[in-house]
Amino acid sequence: MKAYLLKRILLLIPLLLGITLTTFSLLKRLPGDPATGLVGERASPEIIAEIRKQIGADKGFIAQYKGYLTLMMRGDFGRSYYTNRDVLKDIRIKLPNTMKLAFSAMLIAVPVGITIGFIAGYRRDKLISGFITAISIAGLSIPVFWSAIIIMLLFSLTFNLFPPSGTGGFQFIVLPALVLSIPAASTLARVTMTSVADVMTMPYVNTARAKGLSPIKITAVHILRNAIIPIVTIIGLDFGSYLNGAVVTETIFGWDGIGRFTMEGIMKRDYPVILGCIVVSTLIFVFVNLMTDIVYQYLNPGIRLHDKKR
Amino acid sequence: MTRKGKVALLLILFLFLSSLIAPLFCNVDPNRIDLESLKKSPSLVHPFGTDNKGRDIMWRVIYGGKISIGVAVVAALISAGVGFCVGLVSGYLGGRTDLLMMSVVDFLLSFPSLLLAVAISVILPPGVYTVMIALSVVGWTSFARLIRGHVFTLKDMAFVDAAKAVGCGNMRILLFHIAPLCIPLSLVMIGIKLGGFILAEATLSFLGLGAQPPMPTWGSMISANRAYILTSPWMVFFPGMAISLTAFCFNMLGESLKERQQLREL
Repeated sequence: MKAYLLKRILLLIPLLLGITLTTFSLLKRLPGDPATGLVGERASPEIIAEIRKQIGADKGFIAQYKGYLTLMMRGDFGRSYYTNRDVLKDIRIKLPNTMKLAFSAMLIAVPVGITIGFIAGYRRDKLISGFITAISIAGLSIPVFWSAIIIMLLFSLTFNLFPPSGTGGFQFIVLPALVLSIPAASTLARVTMTSVADVMTMPYVNTARAKGLSPIKITAVHILRNAIIPIVTIIGLDFGSYLNGAVVTETIFGWDGIGRFTMEGIMKRDYPVILGCIVVSTLIFVFVNLMTDIVYQYLNPGIRLHDKKR
Repeated sequence: MTRKGKVALLLILFLFLSSLIAPLFCNVDPNRIDLESLKKSPSLVHPFGTDNKGRDIMWRVIYGGKISIGVAVVAALISAGVGFCVGLVSGYLGGRTDLLMMSVVDFLLSFPSLLLAVAISVILPPGVYTVMIALSVVGWTSFARLIRGHVFTLKDMAFVDAAKAVGCGNMRILLFHIAPLCIPLSLVMIGIKLGGFILAEATLSFLGLGAQPPMPTWGSMISANRAYILTSPWMVFFPGMAISLTAFCFNMLGESLKERQQLREL
């Protein structure tokens, strides 16, 4: 287990280098010269050359990348072209909002998805499981940006139950969280359904029944505990879908999170903002995936054993 | 194929035919601006209503389908092609080649998929081809992984030894003995993944990174008409229905393919 953890953490280093290298090369491919950007088009070539030397634009690719990395390590992601605000500072303000939204969405998706999936898997009724499969596929097929607009139209513009947009307390978070939870709950329902149905066919469930255990005990101890492994994994792996969904949901609902920040950056071609957001989002994504992997290892002794044998 | 798979396939064919063939026979310009009928609600003349420039939503949805479905299908085919080749080589050669190629796959999978696609679309000029490229860069990895795994099991089989015994070279074994056996699997995978490609294309178009106006795509119609949601909801409703219905049919088809092939993990 320790060796595995160490290996995973060591593997993060080339990954992070790769991510920053990719974003940096993307940045370099963009048109425009930073020196002319600083002193203007009409400056004399000597001054431009001087400035280029000062900011290191005359150095090679590797040297520039090194500089970029050092700045990033120091927490300097640059400043927004438009607001001239420190990108990392803005991200620090906006990231908690996105987390709040993601967790609220999880708060809806996890109970709903697991309950629906459990009922469908437990009942082993063709009609019910077919119906739930259809609903969950529908939930995965509706684009988030469309359901966001329709839900906003229904709940805030027609019935005036919740404010249509803005950042703030409970009433602001309900609608975006609801929208974000639809695909997540659908995925969870499907995974739970197959997982529970699988566990139900295991011989130990029959044994438990034959021993005369109460259905509640069988469900809680034998079925749920074993069915939960893939479910936990999916909750973690699905985190990327929250980050993906947040870009669109936050933009539509005016939620001041990192997703909307990314989107605004893209719309205005504000490159420091785009790069900062992509680097930070990817970091979070990688980190959550690592955590999921660790929890999975912990929950599933079968894999741990396999790892030891190697 | 299960019944629901057949129904889904029929619906997909219907959508495809209406969006790919209808424009050939009906000489309608989906971009025709009609100032006499601005923001008309659905009626017999305009079954889906008109938008703020008086353009007929139904025709724009039909023409938009040509682009939206087309881009998604092309991106899926490119992804499948690239993934097929990489998976084949990676699985057959194994060793260092395999390690290198699978690291690339893992690396790409470590980005949130939409953000990666967006990042690529930002660098390239917005348009249909950019979306195809962005979706393919993100999409080929799952194909490569699947085919690689399949090749791993195939290359230990007796027919490969037999081919080696009669003196076939690696190239010949790979191209004529192993590759054909991987084709059905990648076709199934295309069916399973198409729904996702439809949604991803719609999202990129919605974000304004896809086909540029006045060319209609489902995603861009929704983002352009978002402002009129309260007064004329049909402008947003019908393109969204088109996306959802198409993605739903593809996902249903994928689901029935999965059941048939017993590929639960995909």
